[in-house]
Amino acid sequence: MSIGVKVVERPIEQTSYVRATLTGMAHTLKHLFTPEKVTTQYPEQKESISKRWRGTHRMLTTEDGKAKCVACGLCPTVCPANCIKLVPGEDEKGNRYPLVFEIDEFRCIFCGYCQEVCPEEAIHVGRHYENSEYSREGFVYDLERLMAQTHPVCEMWDPADPKGE
Amino acid sequence: MTMPIAALFQAAAPGSQPHVIPWLVFTLIKLIVVFTVYMVGVALLTLAERKISAWIQDRHGPNRVGKGWLQPAADGVKNFVKEETYPAAANIPLFVLAPALAFIPALVTWAVIPFAAPWDSKWGRIEMVLAPLPVGFLFILAISSLGVYGIVLAGWSSNNKYALLGGLRSSAQMISYEIALGMSTIPVLLLAGNVTLSRIVNQQAFETWNVLNLTIAFFIFLIAAFAETNRLPFDLPEAESELIAGYHSEYSAMKFSLFFIAEYANMVTASALMATLFFGGWDIPFTLWDNVAPFTFLKTFLTLGCFATKVLFFVFLYMWIRWTLPRFRYDQLMSLGWKFLLPLALGYIVAIATTIVTLDALGFARGSVPFHLGLILLNLAAVVILFVLLDRGRVISPAYSRLSRVDVEKLREMSTPRRAAPFLPESGD
Repeated sequence: MSIGVKVVERPIEQTSYVRATLTGMAHTLKHLFTPEKVTTQYPEQKESISKRWRGTHRMLTTEDGKAKCVACGLCPTVCPANCIKLVPGEDEKGNRYPLVFEIDEFRCIFCGYCQEVCPEEAIHVGRHYENSEYSREGFVYDLERLMAQTHPVCEMWDPADPKGE
Repeated sequence: MTMPIAALFQAAAPGSQPHVIPWLVFTLIKLIVVFTVYMVGVALLTLAERKISAWIQDRHGPNRVGKGWLQPAADGVKNFVKEETYPAAANIPLFVLAPALAFIPALVTWAVIPFAAPWDSKWGRIEMVLAPLPVGFLFILAISSLGVYGIVLAGWSSNNKYALLGGLRSSAQMISYEIALGMSTIPVLLLAGNVTLSRIVNQQAFETWNVLNLTIAFFIFLIAAFAETNRLPFDLPEAESELIAGYHSEYSAMKFSLFFIAEYANMVTASALMATLFFGGWDIPFTLWDNVAPFTFLKTFLTLGCFATKVLFFVFLYMWIRWTLPRFRYDQLMSLGWKFLLPLALGYIVAIATTIVTLDALGFARGSVPFHLGLILLNLAAVVILFVLLDRGRVISPAYSRLSRVDVEKLREMSTPRRAAPFLPESGD
């Protein structure tokens, strides 16, 4: 007997094999005819995900279809994984906008700081998990891609309403 | 010069008057039909196993390829196009031979099992069995022993430690349980007075099914058949958790598939044997209509259905037990086979033989009601003794019982290296 093996010593009149086997078979037969199944039929059915789920990003747009981003540079600063690349530009009226805005979703740790820090509520982490791509390059999302995403966005934790009610 | 085939038929199947050409034609048809149905059935059983395991575990099981029904076909295609791998140090000829050796005995056994009532066609009586051998049951015992060669050779020729351990275990297990298997059927032969399977079926049809007379023999046969087919709780040759896949660890593609098919084919054959020896074969219960002439095609068809139902029930029992019971420990397996089943089977032969002789001496005719009442009473007593009195830690020894403290200490001493004698410097120099 190797170290740490615990042997339960039952009185001999309580031990059985044949009767215990029959009990076990009755149990499995009961489950065999149980119509309730635990499997989720995945592509057709989907499990609901939390309201605070942090998935791949989405850039929200203004009513005229432009990105809300003002290229303030807070999100690349706060990003702990250094995965946001931002090159700011300025139009003739003096409005700042991002010339280049790229997020490397492979580097991203989905902490959600970018969403939390954004003063314009432009960049968001999304409630989404089906992200497969055929190449590694596909995981660097540019501004166009981020704006084209349509999935719902994460509701960040609010300290005033900790249970999210 | 022509062979005197007609005379051989007389010897092989007395009572039938076959014409040679129809006999050949019908035998060919039977061969093709039985083989096809058997192989397709075995393929579907792999699906049935997955479905039953899923339902027992509250899952859905395979339901993607053609609602699940085409899963065996998909698996077959996959296995045909996969790469065949050969281990560098394997013994290639034996490595290739082993799957065939595991597969063929399972098929050959099926040849002597009668699967329906005979059919009196206008070309003569056609026996619904591929080869109506007079020595039917002995043939089955001989062939079923061959199955172990495939597994042992696979384990040895793979040159892999897990495969070798699996092969060793299977040889020990199958040889041990084969004795109990053979012994458990002797009461059946004593009652039937014959080894021809069709006679055994008829005897049960006109008297009572052997399972009522000989429950203990059926119980032993059932357990030994599980061990012979390497199914849980006796799947030690495979033992995924210890030996990866045991004897077929190194096999890939269709050669692996052959082992898999062999397992299911063995299962069907063992189920058919249980049905034939203990559950009246193709006999429809509670009626003698199907056992007497005229043997119309309808009777053949209905009895075939009855036989298929019985066989499928036992196949289901195999799967049901597989998904219920955990695997035996090796010492439990061996002590169950040698210390429990074998003495039980031997004792049961003596008990049954004594009872038969006594009942004969008392003047009860074979097949009469008092004769079988006597047997059933004896049987009831045996079942009560076995399942109520003996089943208290004595059928399968629990982890702790049967080993006194002294024995445990002895075993511990054997497994720990003996302490080396202390080094004593030689005095004097």
